[in-house]
Amino acid sequence: MWEYTDKVKEHFLKPRNAGEVEDANAVGEVGSMACGDALKLSLRVDENGKVADAKFQTFGCASAIASASALTEMLKGKTVDEAENITNQDIADFLGGLPKEKMHCSVLGRQALEQALADYKGEHVKEKEGEIVCECFGVTDLEIEKAIRENDLSTVEEVTNYTKAGGGCENCHDAIREIITMVRAEEKPVAKPKLTNIQKIRMIEETIEGEIRPSLKQDGGDVELIDVIGNRVLVAKRGTCAVCQASEQTFKNLVESKLQELVWPELVVEEVSQ
Amino acid sequence: MTEIPVNKEGQLDMDRYKESLTRDTAIVSLMWANNETGVIFPVEEAAQMARERGIVFHTDAVQAVGKIPIDMKNNTIDMLSLSGHKLHAPKGTGVLYVRKGTRFSPFLIGGHQEKGRRGGTENTASIIGLGKACDLAARNMEEENARVKYLRDKLEKEILDRVPNSRLNGETLNRLPNTTNISFEFVEGEAILLLMDEFGICGSSGSACTSGSLQPSHVLRAMGVPFTMAHGSIRFSMSIYNTEEEIDFVIDKIPSIIEKLRNLSPYWKPDEQACATGA
Repeated sequence: MWEYTDKVKEHFLKPRNAGEVEDANAVGEVGSMACGDALKLSLRVDENGKVADAKFQTFGCASAIASASALTEMLKGKTVDEAENITNQDIADFLGGLPKEKMHCSVLGRQALEQALADYKGEHVKEKEGEIVCECFGVTDLEIEKAIRENDLSTVEEVTNYTKAGGGCENCHDAIREIITMVRAEEKPVAKPKLTNIQKIRMIEETIEGEIRPSLKQDGGDVELIDVIGNRVLVAKRGTCAVCQASEQTFKNLVESKLQELVWPELVVEEVSQ
Repeated sequence: MTEIPVNKEGQLDMDRYKESLTRDTAIVSLMWANNETGVIFPVEEAAQMARERGIVFHTDAVQAVGKIPIDMKNNTIDMLSLSGHKLHAPKGTGVLYVRKGTRFSPFLIGGHQEKGRRGGTENTASIIGLGKACDLAARNMEEENARVKYLRDKLEKEILDRVPNSRLNGETLNRLPNTTNISFEFVEGEAILLLMDEFGICGSSGSACTSGSLQPSHVLRAMGVPFTMAHGSIRFSMSIYNTEEEIDFVIDKIPSIIEKLRNLSPYWKPDEQACATGA
């Protein structure tokens, strides 16, 4: 089970403002039953442009319920302009943080809020813009780009945690990787400078130490960097990895994808028996 | 690798199984009983079919051992694995049974223990504990299949009666006596579990949100359980150490837990429930 903060547990066990505002003039509805979570947010904005009442209905796990409950508390008394500035990170912060795998619950809150405010302003609530990237959860490229920019995401795993995209059949992982590369490239208009060999080796070692070794160690495995020749990375399996025949594919995929993602996209991992 | 599908009731498709045994098949691995639904597969028949074609047959009997009779003298299963904690033995113990004459390459090397089959010093106390647990399970098997089954059936019937839009997953005929898997429409499994925990009731969930995966249980999806139901599924497991009072307590609490969550859910429309059934 997840490690939830006391505040998450409290908002889950005693949700505030559950239900529907009767004379609502701003309603947002996001998610679906197939996705595993959904949120209907209804607000009443008074003549002074302040949120007079806010209620929610959630289908989802404990943190989805807590995020929606928190959002309604945050909204009450705020002006529409102030409400517009509430980010998914604000919702998570209000709850003392969310497990990273559950950040999408806060994003759901933010999306419902956007829809509700658009509804209030009489803006035509737009059909989802952009193209669907993740078929399993119906997530578009624009949503993924937004999550990457707003939360400074750099891996597919992070994108999944925030948007759910890529969490199903995994067929869209390459597409998500491309979007990450694209958004990241915009931020740093200067293309990644070609690494010198010594920089490359250093970064590979850091990535192995920080990103790869911890997950191998969970199963008693390990990896040792033997040599780097151009873009060929020679590694040897250690610990249980060395005797586990089942690890063959997982091992190579894990090491290679992490190195390609975090060091240099053209790296190829080869195993040597040393 | 060939995966054999199951039908809507979680039972193995034996025709597909038979078709899949080809000249290229090296090994078959089939669980004796499914861990999420308790559905028992025709393992001995499947092992016989494999034997006739000279194929090694392995079964994961973790859920079944200690709950239903298993007689390795009268079947053709080559390998069987079991886990101690499922029959009240010390956690961390287990057995891989390998029939004499079965080709086998050790997984853990580096020591000559167990005649070179598995390196590492034996955990004697736990091994004795596991032996004793097997002994007790054999002696309690009748009670397991009578009293525990009675408790399970009572729990199941009462919950399905008292909670609208709930359904049982898995066939009832060939099923372990201690397991039931129930789906509650319009609510999510992790939330159910956490509210159960408030009352000290333990269960497990096939919901995506408990596991960090984002898709609900692959077992329920393979059975074609609709998404609306799969997200809110709970497995209850019982043992001879459960009392009828405990079962009555669970029967008393579950309906209000589900109701509480449904009152939060945007999909729950009590007036329209008749139309929603079987969605």
